[in-house]
Amino acid sequence: MRTPAVLFALAAAVAVPRGAAADTPQSFLDGYAREARGQNSAFVPSASRGDSLFHREFPGRNDATSCATCHTADPRRPGRTRAGKTIDPLAPAANAARFTDAAKVEKWFRRNCNDTLGRACTPAEKADVLHYLISLTLEK
Amino acid sequence: MGFRRWIQLMTLIGVLGAAGYLAADDDDEDEHEHRRTEQPLEKERGRARARTRFRQLEPVASTRWKEECAACHTLYHPGLLPTRSWIAMMDDLENHFGENASLDPAARAEITAFLVDHAADRAPSLRSRRIAQSIPAVETPLRFTQTRYFERRHEDVSSRVFARPSIGSAANCAACHRNADAGIFDEEQVRIPRP
Repeated sequence: MRTPAVLFALAAAVAVPRGAAADTPQSFLDGYAREARGQNSAFVPSASRGDSLFHREFPGRNDATSCATCHTADPRRPGRTRAGKTIDPLAPAANAARFTDAAKVEKWFRRNCNDTLGRACTPAEKADVLHYLISLTLEK
Repeated sequence: MGFRRWIQLMTLIGVLGAAGYLAADDDDEDEHEHRRTEQPLEKERGRARARTRFRQLEPVASTRWKEECAACHTLYHPGLLPTRSWIAMMDDLENHFGENASLDPAARAEITAFLVDHAADRAPSLRSRRIAQSIPAVETPLRFTQTRYFERRHEDVSSRVFARPSIGSAANCAACHRNADAGIFDEEQVRIPRP
């Protein structure tokens, strides 16, 4: 009786390596919000702050750019890189693969915040933008 | 005949054969001339196919390369630039043509090794060899489109054509070379999109 239980526990441990499979847009939002509360205990993620950050233009080395420059003003639609390659939609409602892989999420926040804002994004900004993206739905 | 003599003879035959093959194959523009020779048609076709394969870039595969490099732009084949170009490029990903394309150290090392392994000056492809030969030894181009090889092969394509919205720029190889990702730049497969 005991052996199968141990085996089952082992199999479960192997199948779900360190929470990686559990990443969802909501779990990223929760994680960034928790981090932000470490700096400001009153922090609550705001979709409208995320919306305005997403569309705000920053002066940069490639002219004034915003997130929307490449991701388009509507993140439910596909975007385009400066080199002309299609970017799949950013909003999870339009693209289920978004915000499911921690390495990817961190890589693109790191690169794109540096390119667009000229600095890293704060956990609060990431939480706001994520809240905005999650709040977008497909029905119109 | 001693074993050593036999090996020497075979090596000589091999070298002569290879040299003859390369010499016969060494001019891209001889395609039409070739059709005038009096070989049996089948044999000629077989040779034409072999020559075409040889002329295309070496077939390569790397998931990391594909994933990381093709997220933003055309998947540039390692056989398009020499070793020194890839090393210079991978050394400065933070300033990658005006964008931050930095990678974690493991990904960067893996992709650099892959690019260097199949770089134009090492690849067993005639096209790669020609590209490498077209670059003066003192130059380290970061854009394939600035090599003499590229310029020569695109002489009759005007800058207006490259600027078409359906193309964007000369860097968008796949707009006209549909199989660019696979390293196939065969002229017969070129389809220039309308404006």
